Amino acid sequence: MRRILPLIFFVAGASFGAAAAMAQAGFSDLNEVMRLLAMRQHGRVEFVEQQFLAVLKQPIESSGELLYDAPDRLEKRTLKPRAETLVLSGGVLTVERGHNKRVMDLHSYPQVLPFVESIRATLAGDRNSLERLFHVDFAGSVSRWTITLVPLESKVKQSVSQVRIDGMREQLIKVEIRQPDGDRSLMTLRPSTLP
Amino acid sequence: MTVQRAGVLIIWLGCVVLAAVVVARARYISDLSAFLPANPTPSQQLLVDQLRDGPASRLILIAIEQGDAAARARASQSLVERLRRDPQFSAVNNGEAIAGQRDREFLFHNRYLLSESVTAQRFTASGLGDAIRETIGNLTSPGGLLFKSLLPRDPTAELLNIVDQLARSPAPQTRDGVWVSGDQSRALAVAQTAANGSDSDAQSKAIRTIQTAFAAAAAELPKGTAAARLHLSGPGVFAVAARAKIERAAIRLSIISGILVVTLLLVVYRSLPALGLGLLPVATGALVGIAAVALGFGAVHGVTLGFGITLIGESVDYSIYFFIQSRRSAAGGNGPSWRQLWWPTIRLGMLTSVCGFASLLPSGFPGLKQLGAYSISGLIAAALVTRFVLPTLLPRNFAIRDVTPFGARVSSLLQSARRLSGRTLALGSGAVVLISGGVLYADRAHLWNRNLSALSPVSAEDQNYDAKLRADLGAADVRDLVIVSGPDMESVLRGSENAGRALQELVDRKVIGGFDSAASYLPSMATQESRRGSLPAPAELRANLKQAVENLPLRTSLQPFLEDVEATRHAPLVSARDLAGTSLNAGFESLILRQKEQWNALLPLRSAVTGGTIDLTQVEAALKSGGVGNARVLDIKRESDALYGDYVSEAIRFSLAGFLALTVLLLITLRSALRVAQVLAPLALAVLTVAAGLAIAGVQLSLLHLVGMLLIVAVGSNYALFFDRQAHSKEAGNQSLTLASLLIANASTVIGFGLLSFSQVPVLVALGTTVAPGTFLALMFAAIGFRAGERA
Repeated sequence: MRRILPLIFFVAGASFGAAAAMAQAGFSDLNEVMRLLAMRQHGRVEFVEQQFLAVLKQPIESSGELLYDAPDRLEKRTLKPRAETLVLSGGVLTVERGHNKRVMDLHSYPQVLPFVESIRATLAGDRNSLERLFHVDFAGSVSRWTITLVPLESKVKQSVSQVRIDGMREQLIKVEIRQPDGDRSLMTLRPSTLP
Repeated sequence: MTVQRAGVLIIWLGCVVLAAVVVARARYISDLSAFLPANPTPSQQLLVDQLRDGPASRLILIAIEQGDAAARARASQSLVERLRRDPQFSAVNNGEAIAGQRDREFLFHNRYLLSESVTAQRFTASGLGDAIRETIGNLTSPGGLLFKSLLPRDPTAELLNIVDQLARSPAPQTRDGVWVSGDQSRALAVAQTAANGSDSDAQSKAIRTIQTAFAAAAAELPKGTAAARLHLSGPGVFAVAARAKIERAAIRLSIISGILVVTLLLVVYRSLPALGLGLLPVATGALVGIAAVALGFGAVHGVTLGFGITLIGESVDYSIYFFIQSRRSAAGGNGPSWRQLWWPTIRLGMLTSVCGFASLLPSGFPGLKQLGAYSISGLIAAALVTRFVLPTLLPRNFAIRDVTPFGARVSSLLQSARRLSGRTLALGSGAVVLISGGVLYADRAHLWNRNLSALSPVSAEDQNYDAKLRADLGAADVRDLVIVSGPDMESVLRGSENAGRALQELVDRKVIGGFDSAASYLPSMATQESRRGSLPAPAELRANLKQAVENLPLRTSLQPFLEDVEATRHAPLVSARDLAGTSLNAGFESLILRQKEQWNALLPLRSAVTGGTIDLTQVEAALKSGGVGNARVLDIKRESDALYGDYVSEAIRFSLAGFLALTVLLLITLRSALRVAQVLAPLALAVLTVAAGLAIAGVQLSLLHLVGMLLIVAVGSNYALFFDRQAHSKEAGNQSLTLASLLIANASTVIGFGLLSFSQVPVLVALGTTVAPGTFLALMFAAIGFRAGERA
């Protein structure tokens, strides 16, 4: 028994050191990914989104395109199954659907904030904004990465428990948003082929 | 003689004491109503109520400037939090999400009565199917997610519908959670006072409360942040500032002109008793004037107090004439006494002034009415004191300095002008008439300012700032209104709903941008009842719902929905009292006005483009074709300007009538058309010249200019009558002495009114710039005219 203890310490110490080294590598890679993302001024991708909600028997699928203008304008144009435009600009979210137009100041709706700000800040390569709102974890490498965001504020935590973004270099591939009640949405992105 | 003297003094003292008692007990009001019509038509009454007590009059616009954006936002939040706790304010808003727990509960609880989407169709199988499908669709967008947990109870998303219903008005821009201006340079908020906008004292207190709260909020900001500054605007703020400004100006100018006039009189009289006695008529006149107004009107307007003393400044002249001219009689020894020689002239002068001021009495503005009553009673009292009290109080060997040399010097200065022949004079007068008339004719379209703002003591700069804040806050400047009238709240709410349907069509056609309606907050009982009636019985609803969700991917049970609908079917309707506990009440109350037996619901219209105008004929047509009978369309700016324009026209008519009465009076007394013409000519010339001068200077004439012209005639007629007396009386003797007394009297008038021209208050400036040059010109024209006339 006594012999085992140092071993445990050793292993623990080694793994601790390794983790620290990995984190070190992770953060420099995160910086590089952020730098690559920040360089881009415009972006346009197609998306397919699936929402898994407990109140529904089957997921809702929607698709459309996502447009981005640095540093803070994000437009989500849903084309199917129903047209809806969602514009985030300067902290204000405008949702337009048919004749209906709703304007939401995100400061007043902290529950809504992580849904849009996680994507916007990542696209902008804005690490400061991400870290203000989330605990940021980076895994993988610049060529194939995963950023995991966990909200810091309790109000925000009520609506989102975790955001996971997968990407390659400056491309986002997949965004998964998990809600504390088990509901989640999965958005898959690919370069736009729309006219 | 001694008994008679004692009698006179006792009567005078008695009157003074009586007047003092009335003055001490009188009620004084300092609101804006002095310049609002007293006997308006119903439509005008609504307008006046709006201007005076309407919701718009209770708004205080709050801007926080300088500092940085974050500091402004924090100051705004902290300020609003403080103000919301203060009962002085019925509503305070800076854009923070309302949805207080209480509001949300109220709206959710009553959703099937308040939501406009509730119809019988919505609760059929297909209606429910569509509504629930829509709700499911909404769940995918971030906004809809907020309502996810409500789905089992509210599958048709009525709460969301109500929120949309209430959010129809465009909201200002927000940043950091609070409203900001378009350029984001200031944080904005709006406070609505509980007190009426016309209650200047309450408004003043509310303003101080905001300032104190802001100071406390600013002190809480972290050290090192740049200082933010508070800027307030709005009708109440303006009214309070205007009152302070007028009060300050009136007090300061009264003191300065008082000192100057007293100095002038001291220099002339070189006698303190004479100075004291000389102020007796004007002091008595002022006291009696206020007492008369208090007795006649029940309450005295601040304006009356402020202006009255200036208007009866003429009565200082009475004692000047008395002292200077009675000196001559005393010195002359055997000649006719002052009473025989000059009292009739003063009396006539006083009566002509009374004719002039009487034209203010029929005015629709209580302020002008009171000024008329004040001046008439004050002048009569002052003249009586001059006639009866002054001679009684005059010490036996009373003497003031001889001013004959002064008069002679001025006389010689005027010599060249007075040598003019009658023909030259006529030609000169003709030229003045032609030039002045020409100028006035050329300017006739813009001569009179028919905007109500002509009387506004608010500077153009402040008005612009106010307009900017209103634009940033999203067209809160109510200019176009639809008004629905009825005998009770229910009828005007029903009318609002009808009008709302007609207006919605205009919104869809982009004729108007939108509108507000009290019925969005509280539907009429009839509408609520029909909504409640459209809710199916439990068995039917259960069946419909079962069919509706058959093909929908719903997993959750909608049992709570069935229970809530059933509860609403047996629940009471929502009343105004239920609304009172929520923050929605402020919005509702601002759109409902009650005037005695009549209720009015206001539907303010917004133009389709910011700053654009609305085609009101289309609005009227839509209301007509929509069968909305008890609705009217009101363009507040146009109506209030029309209203003021009417009063200007009315005042001009009354003034001309006053001038006519004055002419008749002179004709009866002087019994010679030529003499009357000679008396009136200098006055008419002076008025014409001043009016032309103002027009050339680019000044538009307002009501107060008109009052000023009346004063030129009132004061100037005294001068002309003295010259007339001089010219037609052999005993009048020394002409230089008359000229001297008139010059001194005129100097005191010019000092008093001239000073008004330097104030910052438009109404005071209007009066000063008219009267000071006008009376001086009247004196000069009379002096030249009579002397030359004498020679001719």
